[in-house]
Amino acid sequence: MNHLFLSRRALALAAAAVVAAGSLAALPAAAQDIKKGGTLVIGTPQAPRHLNGAVQSGVATAVPSTQLFASPLRFDAQWNPQPYLAESWKLADDGKSLTLNLRKNAVFHDGKPITSEDVAFSIMQIKANHPFATMLGPVEKVETPDAHTAIIRMATAHPAIVLAMSPALAPILPKHIYGDGVDLKNHPRNGQGLVGSGPFKLTEFRPGQRVVMEKFDKFFLPGKPYLDKLILTISPDTQSLLLSLERGDIQLLPYAASSVDLKRVKANPNLQITDKGYEGIGSINWLAFNTARKPLSDVKVRKAIATAIDKNFITKVLMGGFASQVDGPIVPASPFAVPDLVKYPVDLKQSAAMLDAAGYKAGAEGERFKLTIDYLPGTDEQQKNVAEYLRSQLKKVGITLQVRASADFPAWAKRIAEHDFDLTMDNVFNWGDPVIGVHRTYLSTNIKPIVWTNTQSYANPKVDELLNAAGGIVDPIKRKAYYATFQKIVTDDLPIYFINATPYHTVASKKLLNMPTTIWGPASPLDEVWLK
Amino acid sequence: MNLLRTFGSRLLQALLLVVAVVVLNFALVHSAPGDPVETIAGASGGMSEELKAELRASYGLDQPLPVQLGVYLARVARLDLGYSYFFNLPVADLIAERVPATLLLVLSSVLCAFVLGTGIGVLAARKPNGWLSQCITVLSLVGFAAPVFWTGMLLVILFASVFPILPVSDMRSIDGASDGIAGVLDVLWHLVLPTFTLSLVYLAHYSRLARASMLEVLGSDFIRTARAKGLADGVVLYKHALRNAILPVVTVLGLQFGNVLAGAILVETVFNWPGLGRLAFESVLRRDYPTILGVLLLSAVVVLVMNLLTDLAYRLIDPRIQKR
Repeated sequence: MNHLFLSRRALALAAAAVVAAGSLAALPAAAQDIKKGGTLVIGTPQAPRHLNGAVQSGVATAVPSTQLFASPLRFDAQWNPQPYLAESWKLADDGKSLTLNLRKNAVFHDGKPITSEDVAFSIMQIKANHPFATMLGPVEKVETPDAHTAIIRMATAHPAIVLAMSPALAPILPKHIYGDGVDLKNHPRNGQGLVGSGPFKLTEFRPGQRVVMEKFDKFFLPGKPYLDKLILTISPDTQSLLLSLERGDIQLLPYAASSVDLKRVKANPNLQITDKGYEGIGSINWLAFNTARKPLSDVKVRKAIATAIDKNFITKVLMGGFASQVDGPIVPASPFAVPDLVKYPVDLKQSAAMLDAAGYKAGAEGERFKLTIDYLPGTDEQQKNVAEYLRSQLKKVGITLQVRASADFPAWAKRIAEHDFDLTMDNVFNWGDPVIGVHRTYLSTNIKPIVWTNTQSYANPKVDELLNAAGGIVDPIKRKAYYATFQKIVTDDLPIYFINATPYHTVASKKLLNMPTTIWGPASPLDEVWLK
Repeated sequence: MNLLRTFGSRLLQALLLVVAVVVLNFALVHSAPGDPVETIAGASGGMSEELKAELRASYGLDQPLPVQLGVYLARVARLDLGYSYFFNLPVADLIAERVPATLLLVLSSVLCAFVLGTGIGVLAARKPNGWLSQCITVLSLVGFAAPVFWTGMLLVILFASVFPILPVSDMRSIDGASDGIAGVLDVLWHLVLPTFTLSLVYLAHYSRLARASMLEVLGSDFIRTARAKGLADGVVLYKHALRNAILPVVTVLGLQFGNVLAGAILVETVFNWPGLGRLAFESVLRRDYPTILGVLLLSAVVVLVMNLLTDLAYRLIDPRIQKR
């Protein structure tokens, strides 16, 4: 993987060089080719609560928020930070401060200039209010030596700060609007009357129905955005969204993951499809064990269960070949992922032998013990079907698995938060840097009555030590070494058996050019997208 | 005076019923597993403990249930429906934005079902064993048996891919005219399929009912008298018989208004119609208590008002009821 990672980097660099060389000659023609104007309609099944990504995480808000608000940095498709609101930046060698040099021509949608004061205000508000507490945890203050320089000071080294400057995670808000003393989480202008800093400004927000955004003419990147208007149309039914896409009413449908839908799209000559753009959120579909309960507290039992599972069957057959296998806690697309993991090739005989060795002999009618499995309702193909498959598969090795359905998300979340489960299918995002989305699942200090914490009750002092140290290592190669050890240990301790990467795809009309394929994909500014 | 007193006591009953509905709904909604903070944490992809506790406290969810109920009742008494937990907006505003869409859908469906249903029923009653009558029997069976969401989905498939002539989603074109005559036509255009779907069940029902009731009336003495007087068939049918035969249809219409409202939830979800039904359904998934309770309260009030109006309509159609 190291090799693969390096070669991918090298390849990307080479590709960039080719593109650069090519574009030098072809630039005038390319510039002419881009057609400006037009309206892009984006379909989504998820209704955003409001549009302010500073106090609301999740992709539902991130898609509109990243159009409305600019962030200090943005990322390309190879995890490299790129200038955005900050034209340059510097992470101090000790990892305890990040200096941002802001553009001087940037203004908010109300025409007032964007200054370091606004950046300082936004960063401190995000630290105080954003659901991801670890993201800016060590931040102490933001210094503003002049109007266009902001220095983020941290108590400890925190290299994740660079990724935390991404569009979805660090929207810059106007202090003169949101600094009025009203609690930012409940600010009335998080929806209607929003004043942003991004390529598009808000013209209409109907909660649960639609968001309409128009091109902001004074956007700080000259000539952008290309589109005149963005409409986000919300429909809880993905089938009706797909129909609208086929009819041409919608031109972009991000986060599509059902193989039935994807097959249908692939067969349609008017549509294009890509799986690029989901490296940042890094969504893993996994099987979690409640290690506080018997017999799952026994690692030999967990390993025996893993050995009975055929991931190839799950990804190829159950998910129609659109999903890829994941073997560790960090998605393979992340620069911190390593291939050296403990793996569990399917072998039913060995699985049964492992259970025998663990002291769970088959009793009457071949049954060893009973367990229950929960699953996240709503995405049957990723969750329910896998749970059903596990039921039939584990029966073969003498484990009776009872599938417990939940009516909806809150019902499932309540069970998991109360640690009232044996096994559960789950779907968790990496969110770019391990500090944000990976640590939370494995730190013994994060065993909490909340979904997407360490509800597995997994505790290994060595892992705690590794993660706590890794979060503060500035040198990426050294940092990766820590995560390598962590990944090996976790796949050996097996509090979670990793199954597959959620096969998110962006589906679009062929009229759409420059599909959003950076690491954050559709949850990043669509200023370079255009319509033929 | 008598009428006033009757309506006064009806109104009092209705008021008590509303309070009962609020309490019952409150108990029901809170007995569903999980809570709104869990949903918000879910929509956020995770959340810190402190933030969760803060949210719970700010929504008053850390209080014991009876206290929460008391607070809610006191608020409702002041006609304040509170704030949506999910959208952080006044529930009254959220509902007000959705009411016109649902009202349009429900009224057009009821009207369509009533007018067409009675018409077909009367026609069928003229020849109770004719082909039309047989067709109506079949139609009512199918209309009853097929769930609205299924009919809706079939229509969506039919009109989305096979005959893409009618819009299958939303109330307006995504980027179309929103005002003027073009806007009205756009809405009407989008209204066709949802109205047809929702009215289908009731159309079947009303036509059966009108047919049966018409047959009964047509057999009575006064019709024979009218015919004996030498009145034209049409006059007998529409002036003498229909007015008497329509009473049961009106009763059912009034009583079924609540059902139509319930059916609207499904139709709105299938056709992505931005109405109250969809709001209620989505709010249940989000455990957005104030919004669910607000919509349910409004529906209860609407059903009660409709029942009162049905009573009133009765008196207009059949003057004998007033005298009793």
